[in-house]
Amino acid sequence: MTPNATGADAVIDAVTAVLLIVGALMSLGAAIGLLRFPDLMSRMHAATKPQVLGLFLVLAAMGLQMREWWVWPVLAVAWIFQLLTVPVSAHMVGRAGYRTKHLHPELLSTDELEAVVLRAAGQRAAEKAQEAGSAMPHAGNARNGGSEDPNGVNGGPSA
Amino acid sequence: MSRKRISFRTELPLLVWLVVVWGALWRDFSPGNLVFGALIAVVVARVFYLPPVELSGRFNVLRAIPFAVVFLGKVVAASFQVMYLAVFRGPSVTNAVVAVPLRSHSDLMVTATGHVISLIPGSLVVEVDRSTSTLYIHGLNVRNDVDTAKLRKEVQDTEASLIRIMGTRTELDALQAEGWPATRGAGS
Repeated sequence: MTPNATGADAVIDAVTAVLLIVGALMSLGAAIGLLRFPDLMSRMHAATKPQVLGLFLVLAAMGLQMREWWVWPVLAVAWIFQLLTVPVSAHMVGRAGYRTKHLHPELLSTDELEAVVLRAAGQRAAEKAQEAGSAMPHAGNARNGGSEDPNGVNGGPSA
Repeated sequence: MSRKRISFRTELPLLVWLVVVWGALWRDFSPGNLVFGALIAVVVARVFYLPPVELSGRFNVLRAIPFAVVFLGKVVAASFQVMYLAVFRGPSVTNAVVAVPLRSHSDLMVTATGHVISLIPGSLVVEVDRSTSTLYIHGLNVRNDVDTAKLRKEVQDTEASLIRIMGTRTELDALQAEGWPATRGAGS
């Protein structure tokens, strides 16, 4: 912050202050969400969205205060990596949470994945029974996740 | 080696991105530094092999810019919505896991849709079924069938916009034939 700011400097300082405060509020919102939401997956919502916006606002405030053009590419890269990695980590945690049944079914109005998982489990059990009969090892059984692709969305483009 | 050889054209976006990151981290965009960064990018891409990202070869900038602006607006809306729900609804929030079938079967499109969806209001990807290209989405504050339909439409509209920006020609034609914006059911 520049002391005795006038004109454009004062405006930039004011904008910076607003950005920093709103950014900090977003982080606070994420913390409140983590505390108050009932299950893992709704907590992941709180951990992803306000956090990404909060970081954006704080980075923008930094860029405004630094007054150097070279800082903008660094900040942009930092935010883009955040955009790319946050959904992946949220997805991985949510997926693990769903599979280990860390959720409250009574809080879900519909669950269209449950039927699919049950069907896949039934299919796997049937396959296993068949294999036990023919005593043939099957590579597909090594994974423990049902019919879904084990790689999920974390394929190439996020790297 | 049994690796699939990647053409330079396919690799170019990755190389350009690596050079930009290099320049940004050194805070130096002088030609000498960029050339050296490009050299390193080529070596890194050769040594640390990644499966190629199948781009469609199309990129519509005129549609990408409004999409980026709307996306930023939605990120802001999402943050305030989550904050509101956290403070006023808290433990009694009702959610849903919704199956959304996507039109496109390309990995890139499914990934991009999943990323965008995770950052806009009230949705999070729980599971991906790659064989049928179906996303299973956890929706925050989805109380009834109306909300479910809204969430499904939102996801499919997002995919439609992404196809318009960088989908393949065939996907685009299929979209136009369908008469966008259209909503499809869950498909049991």
